Amino acid sequence: MAGETVDPAPAPAPAPAGPVQETGEIFDVTRFGEYTQFTVVAPGVARAYQPGQFAAVAVGGPETSMLLRRSFALYGVKPGREFAGTIQFVVAANGRGTEWLVQQKIGARLDLVGPLGVPFPLPRPGVPAVLVGGGYGSAPLIPLAEKLIAQDSEVEVIVGAATAGRLFGELQIKRLVGTVTVTTDDGSAGQRGWVTDPLPSAIERLGAEIVYACGPMGMLRAVGEVAQAHAIPAQVAVEESMACGIGVCMTCVLPVRGSDGVSRFVRSCVEGPIFDAGRIRWADVGKLPADLYGADGM
Amino acid sequence: MTMDMTVDMTTSLASVELANPVLTASGCAAAGRELSQFFDVADLGGVVTKSIMLKPRSGRPTPRMAETPSGMLNSIGLQGPGIDSFIANDLSWLRQAGARAVVSIAGHNTDEFVSLAKRLYHQPVDVLEVNISCPNVESRGQVFACDPIASARVISAVRRATNPNVPIFAKLSPDVTDITQIARAVADAGADGISLINTLLGLDIDLDTMRPTLGGTTGGLSGPAIRPVALRCVWQVHQAVPQLPLLGMGGIRTGQDALQFILAGASAVSVGTAIFHDPTAPIRIIAELEAELARRGFRSVAEAVGFAHLSPEEQAAFLANRSPVAGVAS
Repeated sequence: MAGETVDPAPAPAPAPAGPVQETGEIFDVTRFGEYTQFTVVAPGVARAYQPGQFAAVAVGGPETSMLLRRSFALYGVKPGREFAGTIQFVVAANGRGTEWLVQQKIGARLDLVGPLGVPFPLPRPGVPAVLVGGGYGSAPLIPLAEKLIAQDSEVEVIVGAATAGRLFGELQIKRLVGTVTVTTDDGSAGQRGWVTDPLPSAIERLGAEIVYACGPMGMLRAVGEVAQAHAIPAQVAVEESMACGIGVCMTCVLPVRGSDGVSRFVRSCVEGPIFDAGRIRWADVGKLPADLYGADGM
Repeated sequence: MTMDMTVDMTTSLASVELANPVLTASGCAAAGRELSQFFDVADLGGVVTKSIMLKPRSGRPTPRMAETPSGMLNSIGLQGPGIDSFIANDLSWLRQAGARAVVSIAGHNTDEFVSLAKRLYHQPVDVLEVNISCPNVESRGQVFACDPIASARVISAVRRATNPNVPIFAKLSPDVTDITQIARAVADAGADGISLINTLLGLDIDLDTMRPTLGGTTGGLSGPAIRPVALRCVWQVHQAVPQLPLLGMGGIRTGQDALQFILAGASAVSVGTAIFHDPTAPIRIIAELEAELARRGFRSVAEAVGFAHLSPEEQAAFLANRSPVAGVAS
């Protein structure tokens, strides 16, 4: 597996500080194409945040009939100094809960739990990296790119979406990194095609030793395969539907091969959302493979 | 009325005294460790752990969850590490955290329940909850708790195998014609109390795929959507077996909800799906419940248990000369 054969495997992520539950006031709402970006005053969440982590947001107000929190990757986090700490996340309205959320205005208050999940593990300083974002999955790559640049890693970023209106963050990334490669399925922005089309040449051009990705599951799998073909690891942030986000409900599991070679259903909210793509058994997502730990106990 | 009067929040589940009547519900708090990031689990009446089985269990394939109006369907399939790992890691953690441990066990058959009870004989278990009603083990709809004879067989075997100092609570399913028949059967079989209710079996269909949403096809419905059903079950079972303490659960989200269960006859309540929405819900509900009791002039939880079964005249006589208890924030 790529993650085990190539130097340098990323250093293990530092243990994240604990999450908090807090009520945050919406400080800003900005539309980007089909997305809505929220900036929320949430000093407790901001304090412990590291790139790759997410927040679980209650939707529908205090008497809501929608009991499950919606989880969003965080970025643009400003820890409190002279002002209270703020966080940012992007919402795509694609169901009743997210439709409620995008109607919230500046000054409204949101019930947040975060920061949740493990952060992106970082490679040794100076290791070149390619970052790949699908749709609004590019959002958490922005703080990751900042961190990598700060530790003298050369960074290239590829962002893609079905259509131009579903791209996110390409200007911000361009300002940060100097350049960004854009793909769209329909050719309405950047080059027509998928993010995996320009990925091999980006890896080769940079001599990248690691790939990071966030986006739909199919894209993450494809990015993992490209990385594997180049014998380098891919660290991917998965989007699995969650009920609680804090590790108690057991709904967000994925079949993942452990370092002991044993595959288990692991919670993408606490053991993830960042996984080594080579460890996820992509073909078995949504299935119960017979060799999975505990499958014989069913 | 003096200002230092408070409501006595202690309650008991058979021989076990609890500091307050609010516990977590099985399957909604794992074994307490995750929630301890948000509050001290020792402040709860107790932690009811996720049903543990003998062997490690992978659980069912995803999707395992579907949101429904004021509720959710789950088809987890009792994913868990098996009893040995549970004792070594989870139960020992819970004990060290200082929480009351209500350990929920589930088996495919009576022998497995007995083996689990024996394995836990010398462990720090305050109450054993016997999950004879999980819809997510094999032969759904054929759960033990749908049949009085099968229920009684499991409960009497577990009662014999369990440490005699540990009360056993039978967890019942609402998916039966007459829940009081099951309640009487488990009471006769030696249950020290009854936990009710488990989830109701439900279904959701994904309109994109036009197939059932859940990987397990059907799932257990929980959340406030089932609260009136749960409350009705507590009411009926309290009437049927008034001598048995009841641990009530099903859609409790607020102190007012908890009070309804206590008035219907529950000695304590478990908070489940509400935790997914609000991880600090159990702690909030303790405070809310205390305020609700105080507002009505109750001086203890015990006074309120089953109070709704009294006639208006009996209620008025009991609460005569009571005014709201002071000293409790509301």
